[in-house]
Amino acid sequence: MSAIWVWVEQHDGEVLPVSWEVLGAGRTVAEELGVGLSALLFGQGIEGLAQDIIQRGADKVYLCDDATLADGRAEPYASLLSKLAGEHKPQAILAGSTSSGRDVLALAAVDLEAGLVPDCTALAVQDGRIKATRPVYAGKLLSNVYSKGDTLLASLRSRAFPPAEADAGRSGETVVVEPAMQPDDIRVEVLGLEASEGTASLTDSATIVSGGRGVGGPEGFEPVRQLATTLGGALGASRAAVDADWIPYAMQVGQTGKTVSPDLYVAAGISGAIQHLAGMRTSKIIVAINKDPEAPIFKVAQYGIVGDLSKIVPAMVAELEKRL
Amino acid sequence: MHTVICAKQTPSTTAILAVEEGKVTWSDPGGSPDIANPWDEYAIEEAIRLREKHGGKVTAISMGPDEAREALKTAIAMGCDEAVLITDEAIKGSDTLATSYVLAKAIEKLGDVDLVIFGRQAIDGDTGQTSMQVARRLGWTPLSFVSSVDELDLEGRTVSVTRAIESGRQKVKGAIPAAMSVLKEINEPRYPSFKGIRKATKYMKRELCAWGAADLDADANRIGEAGSGVNWPEVYSLPPKEGECTIIEADTPEAAAVALVDKLFEEKVI
Repeated sequence: MSAIWVWVEQHDGEVLPVSWEVLGAGRTVAEELGVGLSALLFGQGIEGLAQDIIQRGADKVYLCDDATLADGRAEPYASLLSKLAGEHKPQAILAGSTSSGRDVLALAAVDLEAGLVPDCTALAVQDGRIKATRPVYAGKLLSNVYSKGDTLLASLRSRAFPPAEADAGRSGETVVVEPAMQPDDIRVEVLGLEASEGTASLTDSATIVSGGRGVGGPEGFEPVRQLATTLGGALGASRAAVDADWIPYAMQVGQTGKTVSPDLYVAAGISGAIQHLAGMRTSKIIVAINKDPEAPIFKVAQYGIVGDLSKIVPAMVAELEKRL
Repeated sequence: MHTVICAKQTPSTTAILAVEEGKVTWSDPGGSPDIANPWDEYAIEEAIRLREKHGGKVTAISMGPDEAREALKTAIAMGCDEAVLITDEAIKGSDTLATSYVLAKAIEKLGDVDLVIFGRQAIDGDTGQTSMQVARRLGWTPLSFVSSVDELDLEGRTVSVTRAIESGRQKVKGAIPAAMSVLKEINEPRYPSFKGIRKATKYMKRELCAWGAADLDADANRIGEAGSGVNWPEVYSLPPKEGECTIIEADTPEAAAVALVDKLFEEKVI
């Protein structure tokens, strides 16, 4: 039987948290199918990560260390991935649903003429086949997707699967492979990267505090930001607050913004339009603070306070500062 | 300069969905149930802005059933020059793999295309993968998550863009022809003018070009369900949320805040 493959994404030698989650999901599926788990580790100066990946569950690591793979361009990654997959015919290739993960799998799926399932929130094995579940129609519905061919390519949503745990007793094999593209054949050249500000990444954060129209203005975001900082989480916003120019678009959660799934989502002054709910309804605990008791956000929340957020949010910060 | 935008008709953002035996239907008591996919308006706007700066023309392509014309009508009303509807019973049920094959065939048929622009994703299938798959099929430069087109050099045949990705803003340069997907940040789409809407209504009646699989010389095994790499027989509503919302009541906002913090510690999410 053919193996399950996981592309382990690293940036500057750091494995992304979502990649450990994908490795964990891959391990579970591989065990259910009774097949091996292989990891793909591509980049430059990343050899040292192979052992860590083996300890977290990979039986084999295909390692390619090359200058063309240094800046994360999708083309050389995809070409190498599809070349290896063409040779070894894995049953599934999994990656995190990041911008790179999505691009690499999309390109490779064309090379392999294989089925592609983006942004999955669950994987299961049913009658020996992989069932991939993903939200559709902006999270209003779910869809179970199956491959019609031999190989399924799927990207997995961040924070939807438990991360793989390290076990120092595990052993595995590292196979060094050659890159598949010459530098001159790559059509994209990276000119530079302006790194994001120091705020925690929305999609990776275990805690998100978001503000909406109810915060009243740009200065109204200050207590909301403070609560996010106190909780060690990320700041989010509804579309209404972004459209009013109170906060940058990068913070927008919802149908036309980011999709998040934290352990704790605090919605302050957000009414809960269906487009906003689409981006956060899979959060574990949702807290709503709103002065309108009829606001739809209370229908998806576990806890709610009906009241003035400009008083409640600073009081939460004060209480947390005492206890954390 | 010939730019193609690929757009799609989708249910409105406020549509109420119903699903029965895996088939999704919808209605919208508040307005039109079918709209041009909202993300595609950014692609249309960017293509028109590039034409305003560099000349040439913009062609809108949409693939779907014969009645799925909203996206093309919006494209013409906003200012696209031409529109092509790709419609055929044989392409029904296409996944992104088959869709990208059909769209690539159509772009090849147009012949002289420099740039293809897509919205980030469609709000029904939500895959956001077709743009990159079209780029791969054509052998063109793939540029995803584009938040601005910084420079278009038609003589040097290059395009420079900024991509908004997790690690920040990445500036890249690629060869033309290229296929890109664009984000909401890229522009503010114009509203179609009254004149534009009238022109679009007329265009859709008299000039709209419709192509079938045969016009594209498409391989029957690579389109529709036969050409798809996946199937999705089960589509269903989310399981209902368990339990009601616990409303925390207290005499003062401070007391309510303390009670809420207590609950969050109990839930172990702090």
